[in-house]
Amino acid sequence: MIAPVIVFFACAIAAVVGAILLILAHEPIHSALSLIVVMISLAVLYLLLGAPFVAAIQILVYAGAIMVLFIFVIMLLNAGEEERTDWSKIAKWIGLPLGFVLLLEISHWLFHSEPGTAIANGAAAPAPADTFALSTELFRQYLFPFEATSILILIAILGALVLARKDQ
Amino acid sequence: MSIPVSYYLALSGVLFGLGVVAFVFKRNIITIFMAIELMLNAVNLAFVAFSRAHSTAGHVALDGQVFVFFVIVVAAAEAAVGLAIVLALAHTRQSLNVDRVNLLKF
Repeated sequence: MIAPVIVFFACAIAAVVGAILLILAHEPIHSALSLIVVMISLAVLYLLLGAPFVAAIQILVYAGAIMVLFIFVIMLLNAGEEERTDWSKIAKWIGLPLGFVLLLEISHWLFHSEPGTAIANGAAAPAPADTFALSTELFRQYLFPFEATSILILIAILGALVLARKDQ
Repeated sequence: MSIPVSYYLALSGVLFGLGVVAFVFKRNIITIFMAIELMLNAVNLAFVAFSRAHSTAGHVALDGQVFVFFVIVVAAAEAAVGLAIVLALAHTRQSLNVDRVNLLKF
């Protein structure tokens, strides 16, 4: 039963390091690659949490489609090194510490939340969700939101076309 | 040895906080979009962890995973529209720095 612990901590460290590299990177393409690291580690964590379907669409849609879109735009715009702005004193001495206070506060509050005591991995862990049950839930109880999101996608396609069109 | 759900929730909180820091401190509009995606990912992790927390040995609570599905769909739509805005912005302002986008300023 030691294997899930090792996998969890490896993926958690990879995700946090990827997120920190996203902040520290000077070029957008490096940020994009570190974000892909975060997404793939999260996909492994979804597998650990018994959500194989979510892990699959995380890889397919997030790390695949959305990040390809990002990298395509970065290459299309030839986005090189970011302009360095000298941080204002307020941002440096108040903003950054407050950001880390927020980070610690959210994680502390979540860590000690009531549902957090349940066992995620281990002998007493619940069975993983099968895709059949998930799709039944999706197409019965959540049918209306599902159809609404399909209209949302259609509107997003039209909006992207209108916005990216060159002026005549 | 077992992992409680709170570990996943704490990781989700750390990732969300790092996303907020990246969102506030980055100046490149594409990187700011990536920070938004990072925050959405953190929230997705919390959703799946809560779904696991409310499952028992006999019954798997699926609502959290269905929510993650919808969040990913909305994130895809948001990325498509947002990157189209980035393209339009890069054509008109010749820059990806958000500080240069001040058309509404006097």
